[in-house]
Amino acid sequence: MAPRASWIEAHPTGIYLPTADAWIDPAVPVDRAIITHGHADHARGGHRAVLATRETLAIMDCRYGPQPGQAIGYGETIRLGDVDLRLVPAGHVLGSAQAVLERGGERVVVSGDYKRRPDPTCAPFEPVSCDVFVTEATFALPVFRHPPIGGEIDRLLAVREAQPERAVLIGAYALGKAQRVIAELRRHGYDAPIFIHGAMQRLCDLYRELGVDLGELRPVADLKPAELAGRIVLAPPSALNDRWSRRLPDPVTAMASGWMRVRQRARQRGVEMPLVISDHADWDELTGTISEIAPGEVWVTHGREDALVHWCRQRQIPARELALVGREDEDD
Amino acid sequence: MQAFAQLLDSLIYTRSRNAKLALIGAYLKAAPDPDRGWALAALTGDLSLRAVQPGIIRALVSQRVDPVLFGLSYDYVGDLAETAALIWPGAQIAAPPPRLSEVVDELQRITRTQAPAVMTRLLDRLDADGRFALLKLATGGLRVGVSARLAKTAFAQAFALDPDDVEEVWHGVSPPYTALFAWGEGRGERPSSDDAPVFRPFMLAHPLDDRDVDLSDYAAEWKWDGIRVQLVHVGGETRLYSRAGDDITQSFPEVAESYRTPGVLDGELLVRGDVQGGAAASFNALQQRLGRKTVSQAMLRDFRAFVRLYDILFDGPEDLRPQPWTQRRARLETFMSRLDSARFDISPLVDAPDFAALETLRLGAREAAIEGLMLKRRNSPYVSGRRVGLWYKWKRDPLVADCVMMYAQRGHGKRSSYYSDYTFGCWTEEGELLPVGKAYSGFTDEELMMLDRFVRSHTVARFGPVREVEKTLVLEVAFDSIHASKRHKSGLAMRFPRISRIRIDKPAAEADRIVTLRGLAV
Repeated sequence: MAPRASWIEAHPTGIYLPTADAWIDPAVPVDRAIITHGHADHARGGHRAVLATRETLAIMDCRYGPQPGQAIGYGETIRLGDVDLRLVPAGHVLGSAQAVLERGGERVVVSGDYKRRPDPTCAPFEPVSCDVFVTEATFALPVFRHPPIGGEIDRLLAVREAQPERAVLIGAYALGKAQRVIAELRRHGYDAPIFIHGAMQRLCDLYRELGVDLGELRPVADLKPAELAGRIVLAPPSALNDRWSRRLPDPVTAMASGWMRVRQRARQRGVEMPLVISDHADWDELTGTISEIAPGEVWVTHGREDALVHWCRQRQIPARELALVGREDEDD
Repeated sequence: MQAFAQLLDSLIYTRSRNAKLALIGAYLKAAPDPDRGWALAALTGDLSLRAVQPGIIRALVSQRVDPVLFGLSYDYVGDLAETAALIWPGAQIAAPPPRLSEVVDELQRITRTQAPAVMTRLLDRLDADGRFALLKLATGGLRVGVSARLAKTAFAQAFALDPDDVEEVWHGVSPPYTALFAWGEGRGERPSSDDAPVFRPFMLAHPLDDRDVDLSDYAAEWKWDGIRVQLVHVGGETRLYSRAGDDITQSFPEVAESYRTPGVLDGELLVRGDVQGGAAASFNALQQRLGRKTVSQAMLRDFRAFVRLYDILFDGPEDLRPQPWTQRRARLETFMSRLDSARFDISPLVDAPDFAALETLRLGAREAAIEGLMLKRRNSPYVSGRRVGLWYKWKRDPLVADCVMMYAQRGHGKRSSYYSDYTFGCWTEEGELLPVGKAYSGFTDEELMMLDRFVRSHTVARFGPVREVEKTLVLEVAFDSIHASKRHKSGLAMRFPRISRIRIDKPAAEADRIVTLRGLAV
């Protein structure tokens, strides 16, 4: 039997389609890039042509300046060389997409990063049956089981209420996680202004322009410490233990990340309140999705590849690691 | 079990001492007997359950979970209890979670052969946090950053008791401490500690800031640079306690064996210097004996410990603490005649007619084990802690050296995010800079800002959290003494180094040389 999807090549710098002359999420500038979502380890600047959803292009414009982009709507099919490309929602962040590729009767789904939990800021993941499923493996260990987000938000609100003299400072990735936490706080009835670090302003504005309701957001800058007591403040994880956070009145330091499941990880971060909130699939979502899609073969891009490959092989599903470079997962 | 698990979880993420005290206190007030007593015992380290070995946990998990996935997970998480707690497949039994007391009862009763079945049943009834608490309890060692003293202080604060009083009754009570909680809640008598070798909090001294002290009211004696120790013998048992109330009997068995006279003494633990029977050696020599669980014959021979006595708290059952210092000193001298003079002596008094004479004495004292002078008010009782006007300490002036900053690391607590821990060095004859010490205090907040800015803008390399800086900034470092040591490449180590001045005026090449420092070593 011929190897599956021999028209797709895995290089350390990304996935390449020779007959379409297109790369998926390349780590270096290329002539034509298909971008699954706007996180910096997938979407880099400097490509000569970019194919992505309208939202992902807007995020890239915002981060890197105007992009030579071609917007593709969810469900729309375009032809590149002899390959048909369709983007379907991945449920990871606003605009995130799986690239569904078809050639000669074979279908490959490059899922990018994805999750299966409901998220008020983006369209939900759509399973697509395929011959080869290309998956991430960020949380591919059975110790990672994310709890429902509602419980985490409830804990957060309870702490704020119990300690009104302190600010609650939440470390959250500036694209996606921050807006999801804000939207979930609103869903839980928290309607006071939420204060944000300057590095989040433009992305939050963009989310609003793209139709995601975030309620009233205010910059932290220029406020006196006393005015921030009892407030919820969001900042990128890197700002949590930096001098920036010293302006806050003895803040309760929280961090929203799937890594918070592991106590030592949370402690290293100096986090007082770990919030297990992730935009990546946990172990049950990863294995459940593979079972649901039932692909002929699984390729694993980045994360705990060995564990997921082992799990697939135990179930007679051929699987291999792609060993891509430059994927970061520390802050999610 | 859920409340206890939540307490452990919160303690892990809490750094401030006061916040920890509040968390423990709130739990102890809310939880019922006997659960809270077992929890307190777990925190103070007085609960030992030995039936469950780590091997049992590994075997149990491997029965439920693919061993390869378990192995990969353990590698990643790095803690067996945490890995097992997270990976254990969700509750299999609809039964309600067990109470902490139920867990402790079971774990105390079971044998090693019963352990797997009992642990499986318990794990199945708990959620991930509960499983973590269970596994930490069962395998010993909570490691939640709470010392025995802190846990007892939390108990005392929760029930508005004096922590020293709690410490005194502690050895007369045992888990689950129902009598202790009854006392705390005013439902019962203060538990008796008469027949137990308990720790009594030490009397401490204030630094002598000015000389507004009438010397005729005070006795003067040397301040020895060893380990402050309390010797207790009662009911046929001897204990040695450190200043923090830790039991250090095991580290100094020869001292414990030679103290067999009922009573409680306060003194300084020292080791003999080079010449057998000679003067007391430096603190550095004593450090060789600290923290050892077993003490070798060579250790006993090379570092002969003895106690230089300062005070007497109890003579037999008689509590001498309310008596004035002069009375206690007389009783101590009488008591000394019943002790082995090879292991015990009395810290001699020094003649102090006026401050000028004292100053001469203090400056002239170059004996390795002298840290300075003590002034003790003649009519003062023995009271715990530092009380104004009773005891003063007057340390020798520190030594200073000009050193060059080499590496910096971020601090903790209120200094997190600032580069506040500095490694500094001095020059070899070949013109190489070698580290001689590390300091993280002595500067003002403003100086810290300046040092932090220097580190950030002069970094030449990074090694994980450590930044190497350009070797241009001279720091004047004050220290109490300096010793030969293998800790630093220079072969020297300072005792209590701190930054005394930032010498921006001084070129790095003019900082001190290692030979100069070696000349100060004792």
